[in-house]
Amino acid sequence: MIPSRQATWVAPGFRWFWGKAALGLFPPLWMSACFGQSELVRPHIPGYDSPDWEAQLRAALPKGAVWEYADVAFLIVALGAASYVAIRARSRTGLLVIAGLSLAWLGFWRQGCICPIGALQNVALTLADPSYFVPTVVVLLVVVPILFTLLCGRTFCAAVCPLGAFQELTAIAPVRIPRWVDESLGLFPYAFLGLAVMTTVCSGYFLICHYDPFVSFFRLGANASTWIFSIGVVLLGLVIARPYCRFLCPLGAIFRIVSPLSRWHLRIPPSECINCRLCEEVCPYNAIRRPEEGGWDGTSQKLPISNLHLVVACCGVVIAGVVSGLFLGPVTSRLDWRIQLAERVWLEESGQVVGTTDASDVFRKSGIPVSQLYEEAAKIEGRYRWGCLLVGLWFGGVMAAKVLQLSRSPHRREYEPERGKCYSCGRCFRFCPLEQVRLGLIDADSIRVYAKAAEKDKARPT
Amino acid sequence: MAGGGKSPASFGEPASSDTPQSRETRRGFLADASRYCVLAFVAGAGGFVAGRRGEANQLVWQLDPDLCIGCGNCATQCVIQPSAVRAVQFYPLCAMCDICTGYFDVSYRSLDTAAENQLCPTGALIRQFIVDQAGVPRFEYHVQREICIGCGRCVKGCAMMNGSLYLQVQHDLCVECNDCSIARACPTRAFRRVPASQPFILKRKARRLLGQADK
Ligand code: SF4
Ligand code: SF4
Ligand code: SF4
Ligand code: SF4
Repeated sequence: MIPSRQATWVAPGFRWFWGKAALGLFPPLWMSACFGQSELVRPHIPGYDSPDWEAQLRAALPKGAVWEYADVAFLIVALGAASYVAIRARSRTGLLVIAGLSLAWLGFWRQGCICPIGALQNVALTLADPSYFVPTVVVLLVVVPILFTLLCGRTFCAAVCPLGAFQELTAIAPVRIPRWVDESLGLFPYAFLGLAVMTTVCSGYFLICHYDPFVSFFRLGANASTWIFSIGVVLLGLVIARPYCRFLCPLGAIFRIVSPLSRWHLRIPPSECINCRLCEEVCPYNAIRRPEEGGWDGTSQKLPISNLHLVVACCGVVIAGVVSGLFLGPVTSRLDWRIQLAERVWLEESGQVVGTTDASDVFRKSGIPVSQLYEEAAKIEGRYRWGCLLVGLWFGGVMAAKVLQLSRSPHRREYEPERGKCYSCGRCFRFCPLEQVRLGLIDADSIRVYAKAAEKDKARPT
Repeated sequence: MAGGGKSPASFGEPASSDTPQSRETRRGFLADASRYCVLAFVAGAGGFVAGRRGEANQLVWQLDPDLCIGCGNCATQCVIQPSAVRAVQFYPLCAMCDICTGYFDVSYRSLDTAAENQLCPTGALIRQFIVDQAGVPRFEYHVQREICIGCGRCVKGCAMMNGSLYLQVQHDLCVECNDCSIARACPTRAFRRVPASQPFILKRKARRLLGQADK
């Protein structure tokens, strides 16, 4: 995303700053803070052995990566199971059971961290910062769900993602929101994905982790503002199912691109659809599409505008994206703490604020010249400017694709989930009369009634 | 990509491009082709990252004691309570003072272990009398890891003398957040990722004392 010269700059800069600070500039800080003391020598006491200082640290060693490997194993097994249950066994209950298990394991037992969504950032950081090595398991955490989605649709979202499982299980009374609201808000994850990758690459800032509403539940600990955000998202999720998934999740944005290509995907009816329309309204995610005559090769224009106008509109949104990216750069760069520090120091130096902060105190005592801080901040801001420009380009492209998508309709012969948006949650199964026949809940003959009704509907203009 | 659609033979016959069947076939072929492309891309990118930049060793969070100012955020900002950060005593650096500035509150009334004299809010420090050296009493100070909450008060106090008490992330307690929330809140950005094989950071002074090379 970012030219490599700029990208690789992160680490050296970081090392420079703290390397210098660590080189003994801090002990004087302490000493000047108190009464000019000199260092005291540890007395030699004959016959007395000092305790082993390393013993304390030995008690506090890392647990090792065993659990991370177990997580990946669990992920693969659960993904396999969820895909089977969604596509072959067609059981929402089964999916909910797997969701419960995932929530228990990946969520509450493993405390929801590191999750495949956040792991995106680690992979992005790897590409930007040569001093950062990503554990192989973390790469797997990202790649495995994407590959599964490519094969089976979003079964990861259905039952394996701890965040998705949390939301699926708490969506008690989901209502459908108007499709245009859904589609418009649904663009936000693409922007969030772009921004998260950009902040990670530009300054190692993990944006996704900052706005993870569920981790506070998984760890049962967070500060007040995080709790308010978390509880708000969960309350919203009681009626608007999966608010995080639909309007924020950056991994979901990738899935929405990848899932339409899935080799196998959950189907609403177990056999050939009779177009009875009974499932039309049941998906809380607005994912069910009715049959349509269309396709890229057909004459299936939906918007009453010519191709030329379409091209102009697409160019327009891309340009709009880039322009907003231009304005966004200086604003988002405030996320970086070095820029915050530089700003604070500048305000203090120019007398616009009184008093100092811990950060500015430590900075002053480090003896690093102010000009150097400003220079560094300017460099970082430059990276943000470029990054935001690219994010704007990316988002403009996404919007252009959306315009194209809206202008045409794909060819569909039966009621189908829109693969990008369908979470494979299995809610719609039981509304299909064919499914009820399959389960032996209704008589096969009664299907005829629905089929007849469907015939009648066909005559109706849509 | 190799692979192709269900019946690639019919793809590319321009004459039949208008029939619904060939449309289906073409669609199937394109879907398969793009599927394999994405598959190859994701697997390739994942493999590249894992191969070039991956390592089996985890990275863990640790705080650099030379940058720590004992601000108290370690106790309050950690996602687990009590915090995964605790004080440790680097004995070789401790001067075994009687009037320990890490142990006693500046407003102490007497040099004894009464709670009101102590700096530590939880009484996690043990003051152990060792010997009377020509009228100078020598004490050893130990941190009871289980009681310490990582507030850094003793660290701040001890920094006035030798600075042998300092904070470290205890990895057996730390849940290794992808984005450590103390690191976010640390005013001096003392937190960084270190390899799990070397999960502690010694003070520079301590390294010098041990004769280790400066990093
Ligand atoms: S959309 Fe995101 S949060 Fe929701 S289930 Fe999928 S990966 Fe998880
Ligand atoms: S399985 Fe898909 S289409 Fe059916 S209700 Fe769930 S999200 Fe909607
Ligand atoms: S003063 Fe704070 S950091 Fe020091 S031992 Fe007590 S609880 Fe731990
Ligand atoms: S990584 Fe998490 S658990 Fe560990 S010290 Fe930081 S906030 Fe606490």
